[in-house]
Order: sequence, then C-alpha cells, then structure tokens
Amino acid sequence: MYRAALLALLSHWRRQPLQLASVLVGLALATALWSGVQAINGQARASYDRAAGMLGQDRLPQLVAEDGQRFSQDVYVALRRGGWRISPVLEGQWRQGETRLRVIGIDPVTAPQTPGGGGAAQADGDLRAFLTPPGIAFGAAETIAALQDVPGLPALRVADDSLPGTLIMDIGIAQTLLAAPGQVSRLIVLPDQPLRQTPLQDVAPGLTRRAPQAEADIARLTDSFHLNLTAFGLLSFAVGLFIVHAAIGLAFEQRRAMFRTLRALGLPLVALTRLLVAEVLILSILAGLAGMALGYLVAAALLPDVAATLRGLYGAEVPGTLILRPGWWAGGMAMAVLGAGAAAAQSLWRVWRLPLLAPAQPRAWVRATTRSLWRQVAIAGALALVALGAARFGTGLLAGFILLGALLMAAALALPAVLAALLAGAARAGRGVLARWFWADTRQQLPGLSLALMALLLALAANIGVGTMVASFRLTFAGWLDQRLSAELYVSAETEEQAARLRAWLATRPGDLLPLWSVEVPLFGAPATVQGIADHPTYRRNWPMLSALPDVWGRVASGEGALINEQLARREGLVPGDPLILPDGGRMIIAGVYSDYGNPRGQVMIAVDRLTALFPDVARLRHAVSIAPESAPVLAHALIDDFGLPEDNVSDQAAIKVFSMGIFEQTFAVTAALNILTLGVAGFAILTSLLTLSAMRLPQLAPVWALGLTRARLAWLELARALMLTALTMLVALPVGLLLAWALLAVVNVAAFGWRLPMHVFPADWLRLGALALLAGGLAAAWPAWRLARTAPADLLKVFAHER
Amino acid sequence: MLLDVREVAKGYEAGAGRLQVFSDVSFRLDAGEAVALTGESGSGKSTLLHLCAGLDRPDEGQVRLAGQDLAPLDDRARAALRRESVGLVFQQFNLIPSLNVSANLSFQARLAGRADAAWLEQLAARLGLSPLMDRYPEQLSGGQQQRVAIGRALAGRPRLILADEPTGNLDAATGDAVMALLLGLVAETGAGLLMVTHSERLAARLERRLHLAGGGLA
Ligand SMILES: Nc1ncnc2c1ncn2[C@@H]1O[C@H](COP(=O)(O)OP(=O)(O)OP(=O)(O)O)[C@@H](O)[C@H]1O
Ligand SMILES: [Mg+2]
Repeated sequence: MYRAALLALLSHWRRQPLQLASVLVGLALATALWSGVQAINGQARASYDRAAGMLGQDRLPQLVAEDGQRFSQDVYVALRRGGWRISPVLEGQWRQGETRLRVIGIDPVTAPQTPGGGGAAQADGDLRAFLTPPGIAFGAAETIAALQDVPGLPALRVADDSLPGTLIMDIGIAQTLLAAPGQVSRLIVLPDQPLRQTPLQDVAPGLTRRAPQAEADIARLTDSFHLNLTAFGLLSFAVGLFIVHAAIGLAFEQRRAMFRTLRALGLPLVALTRLLVAEVLILSILAGLAGMALGYLVAAALLPDVAATLRGLYGAEVPGTLILRPGWWAGGMAMAVLGAGAAAAQSLWRVWRLPLLAPAQPRAWVRATTRSLWRQVAIAGALALVALGAARFGTGLLAGFILLGALLMAAALALPAVLAALLAGAARAGRGVLARWFWADTRQQLPGLSLALMALLLALAANIGVGTMVASFRLTFAGWLDQRLSAELYVSAETEEQAARLRAWLATRPGDLLPLWSVEVPLFGAPATVQGIADHPTYRRNWPMLSALPDVWGRVASGEGALINEQLARREGLVPGDPLILPDGGRMIIAGVYSDYGNPRGQVMIAVDRLTALFPDVARLRHAVSIAPESAPVLAHALIDDFGLPEDNVSDQAAIKVFSMGIFEQTFAVTAALNILTLGVAGFAILTSLLTLSAMRLPQLAPVWALGLTRARLAWLELARALMLTALTMLVALPVGLLLAWALLAVVNVAAFGWRLPMHVFPADWLRLGALALLAGGLAAAWPAWRLARTAPADLLKVFAHER
Repeated sequence: MLLDVREVAKGYEAGAGRLQVFSDVSFRLDAGEAVALTGESGSGKSTLLHLCAGLDRPDEGQVRLAGQDLAPLDDRARAALRRESVGLVFQQFNLIPSLNVSANLSFQARLAGRADAAWLEQLAARLGLSPLMDRYPEQLSGGQQQRVAIGRALAGRPRLILADEPTGNLDAATGDAVMALLLGLVAETGAGLLMVTHSERLAARLERRLHLAGGGLA
C-alpha cells in the first residue's frame, strides 16, 4: 500500500521537475546562506578560543611589571625561592625583512597544560630537542608553510591548535631570537599555590598581579560583529524559507485532487500524512546536503574578507582557511529539516483537515484567503506593537534584535493586505474592460505570489537598511577621521633615548611637535587607555567633541579636566561635570565627551603634563607633528633619511586614513555580499512562484485568449504585472528599510559598539536598488511570459475540452 | 447481502438553514446485481453513493457493506474496506495526472496489494488501452480516460462497483461503448453494481432501478 502510494506521490515531482527544483533550490539556498554564515562565525570563535587558551593567559592570574615592560628573570628565580609556583613567558615581535612573527617563549617544565604551545611541547615528549638550540618552534600549519625559507628560526613543527602568525618555543631560545637575554614578559601564577609564600612586594616590588579575565577581551569585542553576521544569516534563512513555503505550499495545493482520489481509492489519512512527512523529510535532507556544500563555498569565498576585517578591526587573528566542524553539519541539517518542516506544517495541516469530498462551494477558498489576509494583518499589528515596545522600553542588544525581527516580520505579513488595498484602488480607477480585467486578475494572483513578494520585501528592506547604515557610517567616519587626524605626520621612536634626540631634532625644524603618550589602565573593570594631549590650536579647532563643559580646553590644559570617549561615557553613564578617578589616584573632572569610532576600548585624555606626573614611567615614544600639509612629505623623508627612523615609524595622515577606511570597507563588504545574495534568492522566489502559477493560470487565461487577445499581448501583460508588483513592493520596502536603518544605527549599534551614528539618507542608492529589483522581477517574469507567448493553441483549447 | 442501506437520512448546513437532501432511504443490493440510481439533478444521488462508499457518514440510519456496519469504523478501517472491496468510477474520471495509463490502471489493486498481471493485461486489452499504456491522462480523450478509470475500478476484482454518471462527460456513442464494456466486465467478475445515471436509456439496460425524488426513494 505504502509503496504504490509513495510512487504516486513522487510521480508528481517527475512530471513537475521545475517545482521540485524550486523546492530543492530554495531550501538549499536558505541552508547555504545560514550555514555559510555559521561556518564563518564558528571559525572565528574557535580562533578566539585558541587565542584565549594560549598559555592559559586569561584563565590564570599573572604577574606583570607595573610599567608593562619586560623584567629580569632573576625576579622569577627569587619568587620561586619564595614559594611561588609560577611559569615564565617571554613574548615579542620578531622581524626579518618582510617576515613578522609573534614569538612566545615558555618554560615547558613549568608551563600549565593548556591548548596552544605548552601542551604541544609537553605532549611531544621530545623535551631535549625542544630545549637545546636550535630548538623546536610550534605554529599553525599556514604559519609554518609561510616560514619555510626564512633563516634564523628553530626547527618548525605544526601544532594544530596554534594561532596564525605565532611561534611557540622554549623561553631560552626565544630570548636569543628576540635579543632579550635574561628577560621575561610575565609570570603565569599556577593553580595550587602553597599556603606559605613570601609576599609579592618583598620579593618583586615592581610587579603587580593581574586578575584573570572572565572572557577573552577579543571575544567580547568581536561578539557584536558575529551577532550582526548571525542576524543576517537568520534573515537570509527566513527569505529562503519563504521560497520553500511557497514551493511546498503550491506542490500540496496542486496535488489536492490527487490526495482526494488516493483517499477515495482506499489510502487511510494516517498513511497519507506519514508519506507526506517522509517526502518532506527526504526533500529537506537532499536539499540540506546540497545547501551545506554551497554554504561551505559561500563561507570559503567570504572568509578572507572576514578574517581581514576581524584582524583590522579587533586585532584578532583568524586563519583564512575553513575547517569543518561536526556541530556545524548537525546545526545546518537541523535548520534545513526544521525549516522545511515549518514551511510544510501549514500544508500538512490542511491535508489533515481536507474533507474527503470536494466542498460544494468552489469559491470557499477565496473566502478562506480573505480570512487569512485579515489574520495576517492582525499578527502584523501585534508584531508592530512588540517592535514599538522593544524600541521604547527595551535595552541592550537583545531588545535591538527583537526590534529588528518584529519589524521585518510585521512588514512582511502586512504586505499582501497593503498590496490588495493598492490594487483595489487601482481597479476602481481603471478604465476600459482590459484594465478592469488586468487589475482583477492581478488581485486574484496575489495569494499565489504573496510569499515570494514577502521574500522580496525582506531582501529589499534589508538592503536599504544595511545600505543606509553602511553609507551613514562611511560618511560620518570619514568626517570624523578628518577631524581626529588633524596632525599631518605621526612618528614613533624606538627607544626613550631616540625619542629625546628626535624631540631635539624636530625642535629646530618647522612644525609643532605634539606628544602622543599613553598608558593602559583598568578603568571601571575594563581595560582603558589614558592618553596625554598637548594644548594646541589643532585640537581646539578639530577635536570631534559631542558634549563639553564651557572652556573645555582650558580645563584640560590646567590638568583638572579630562576628556572621555563616547564608548566609556555610554557604558558608565558619564556626562561632562562628573568626577573621574584614575587608578593611580588622579582625581579629575570630565570636561568633555568625544566620538571615537572603531575603538572598542574606553579612552581618557588628559593634559600631557598631568599624564607624566601621574604615570612617570609612561613610554614617551609617539608624537604627532602639526605642519603645513605641503611640507609634510619633505619632513617625512628627512625623518627617514637624515634622522634615520625606520620607514614604518613615520606615517602620514593620508596613509592612516586609507588604512582606517579600508578596515571599515571590509567590515561591510561581507554584509554587502550577503545582501546581494539575499536579493538574488528573493528574485529566484519570484521566478519559481510565477512558473508554478503559470500552469494553474491557463484556465484563467484561455477564455481571455479565446475572446480575442493574442498570446503575445497576454505575455506582455504578465510581464507588466510582475514589474508593477515588484515596484509596489519596493515602495513598501522603502519606509521599512529606513526604519531598519534607524534601528541598526540608534539601537543595535549603540548596544553592540557603544557609539551612536547620525543617519544620512541616500536616495540615489534607492533608485539603484529599485532598478536592480525591477531587473530581478523582470528577469524572473520573462521566462514564464515567454512560455505563455509560445503556448500551443491546443494546450489552451484543452482547458475547454475537459473543464473541471 | 453485499450492500444493505437502512433508513438512511442526510442533510447539509446550507447558509441560513439546513438542507435535508433525503431521509428514510432503504434498499439492498446483492452480489452480481446491477442497479441504476436515477433522479433529478440535486436529488441526492451522488450523496447517497458517497454514503455507500464510506466516503461520508449518514445523519441517521445504517449502511452495511459486505455485512460490515460502516458507522463504528474509523478512517483507517473504512479506507481498508474501500481499497479491498469497492471500485469507484467518477464522472470526472479522477485519474492521477502524474502517473501513466499503466500505473493508473493498476493503482488501486496495488494499493490493496493484489495486483494480478495477467488480469491487468486482459483488462487493458478488453478496454482497448493496450496501445495507450505509456501515455499520461492529459494526452487522452475523455472516453479513453473513463476507460482507464473503469479498468482501475475493476483491477482489484472488488465485490462492489459504485459508479457516478460514468458516461456523463462523454458523447452518446462513446458513452454507449464505455457502458457496454463496464456492464460486460461487471457481469464477468460477478461484482455488484450501483450506477448513478441521468439517462433513461442506460437505466433501462440495468436489472433494477432506484429513483430518488422528493427527499426519498420513490
Ligand atoms: N458539501 C455540501 N454542502 C452543502 N450542500 C451540499 C453538499 N453536497 C451536496 N449538497 C447539496 O445536496 C443536494 C444533493 O446533491 P448531490 O450532489 O447528491 O445531487 P445529485 O443528485 O448528485 O445531482 P447531479 O445530478 O447534479 O449530480 C444538492 O442540493 C446539493 O446542493
Ligand atoms: Mg451527482
């Protein structure tokens, strides 16, 4: 019984390969976008975990010098004698020609067993080779591959859990490599310390104990970026689901008569339902597998961009190649199966309730559609209220995303009703019998097309929203860079001694030398930068202040006032006039808040004299030079050629701007790519809906043809209808997209990054997007229209031959 | 006793009030008997046929099929009874559009797990379907489609054939030919036949006639 019935059900797909393709492709695309984004996210997350796990640096407390500099390993020896169970680490940059590496030296005997090099070295068991020159260095496969021909390094070995760009070796070997004999960077405090040990101040007065961080800094900073990606993955998946829903719904609808016949011939309802569930399951597994493969390609294509973004924006190293994880497979397949199940649930429910005998009133479904239209409007209204509530009363990232989700779903659900109302208006205004028929017929088609149009709406709104956000960001950020990078040149000395010579050297030349000295301090429980700032007209003129006390620069110059960045102000709820106490006892008044885009940390600016007074050990290496722009290149060359600074240590404003802008371009290149993909998916949804509808439309079109309209004319009308519906959807998408942009800029961005951007609108972009949408809609409609124009008269006549 | 209908009544909720289609309808049909069911359009012929097939439930009364009362049976049991004991022929043919003639012909028999290749071949030959076996329903004329439907109903050698205006969609000549085939095959298999028809001429060709009028059997 099952076999015969299953074959009958499946035979439908053999006769309707297009429909089968649209179900499979829709589900595959949805899964692909989702799993692609997840693959990227998973890859990046795994990298942070590696970074965090490296030598347990965030899980165990550490001893570091108060000035952050390296210190002698005699201190280590003294502490061990004092009963401390600690392990030394030396860390530094190693350069040779083009090659740059982070070198981490460890003591394999005392190092904690962690992921990363320590574990690798110990597990290797080859301790002697590790310890004795030239030693062994562990690194990630791609790092090792890039270092094959570089001389002067220990023997290289691959350790799978290493970070890219990093080598781990014995501390003695690292000291030689980094030219830091007898030096260590920090001491890891191991678990299980003995009860009796000499107090830290007695043995090593220059060291402080740094508490373990609950989560890696990097993970927290990049969370928002991943959240963004995940949101887009979900959105794309939703768009994909609309296609699947439409395709499966139509496939069920078309087989309604067949279901009845099957049951009349003796197939029980339970058996039919089981078969249909199995069918959906098989389809979703097939499509899911294809989607996973596709998603892998999407991720592989996008990953280099993502890796670059994360590296530039947050300093997180993510390898540019993809590793597949079992969890990713399971998650992707689950999404595909659950998504298809959700899309099919309504149709299955209808089959369950399908009366065995056809209802007497053939127009019943029209009334049912009207009812469901109103139900949709009601749900849309409820969702709009949720969105409103989240916007007014919600706080934090979650509220932001609830706002986004509710807003988009409300708009999508309301779309059919809005379109129906617009079409009804047009029908009333229409003159002539053909126009009347056209509008009425369009309205009749709306239920079949509405899911595809909803998908289009989502894609367009997301495009407008994200486009507006990116463009606003770019504009604001460029303007901000102009203000913030007011000095022409930025120079760094290598040593304090060189810095002093540099100051003397520059004093004899045109241009003002402005110190850029800073220290890292914990502030309100998070790392922050305190920077010294000179009193100079450049700053007074250009500094991008958001709010300030009167005579802000006077207060700063006097040493009493401090400026803080927007991130810190928002996070801690600080406003100008509030007191601010620096960790070293500096008591200040907040004189102003400035915007500081792209910086994930809190930042405090105080007068440079106050900085040197509070932190006498501050490194005095970096300086800005304010000089007439035309003289800047000359001075830059003089600094390199005459004074002898390395080229890397002199950068001009223009180069920094290009670099900074580049980072943000990359940040959004990924979202832009996803946006385009989503639009393509929506276009595909329209195509498949039109194709499936076209078969059902013959009975509607045949009488009009018989009454004297040519097939070509009918085809043109079909094309015009698709274009018009696309245009109307674009009109609805515009306000939705702008609301979305507002939510992204004013709610999500503030919650995720801690700063708010002003919103700018770009109507030219909308026109371009509108044209793109029309192109997609037109292309999608072209094929079905062409097929209609070429329909054989015999096929049209058949409609009359056995009309049902 | 193959089919035993006792004091059956059926009505529908129709807009404002209730439409009582018929009430107190009783009749019997024995194996090998061919009975015509006639009546005006809207008199309830299809409704009564559906009750006999277990496709719908009566408001009152009892329908017994092969000694089995249909009332207590659930969907699964009714379905089993239909696929094993009843052959249905509809006015609209109701073939499965995605299956070819051959698959449509054997469909119900396979559903019941009693497809008999030799009998199917014989049926196809008798119905003149042999050259059409690889075609799909949309490539057939109305008369050809109805011949497939009749073959499908007979393929499992059911004990009862229920036919609802099997020639209603066919012209007179084609209809006569199809009817001759149906009656011949029914007689051969020894099944009972209850056939709805509008045509006096066709009704006259059957052994007995039931006439629905004024809400009951006349
Ligand atoms: N599902 C239904 N809901 C409401 N009324 C129905 C339904 N099915 C049938 N009817 C009504 O019941 C009456 C009998 O219908 P039925 O289809 O049995 O008539 P019929 O004798 O077969 O007519 P015809 O010769 O035209 O096929 C009709 O008035 C019809 O309108
Ligand atoms: Mg009838």
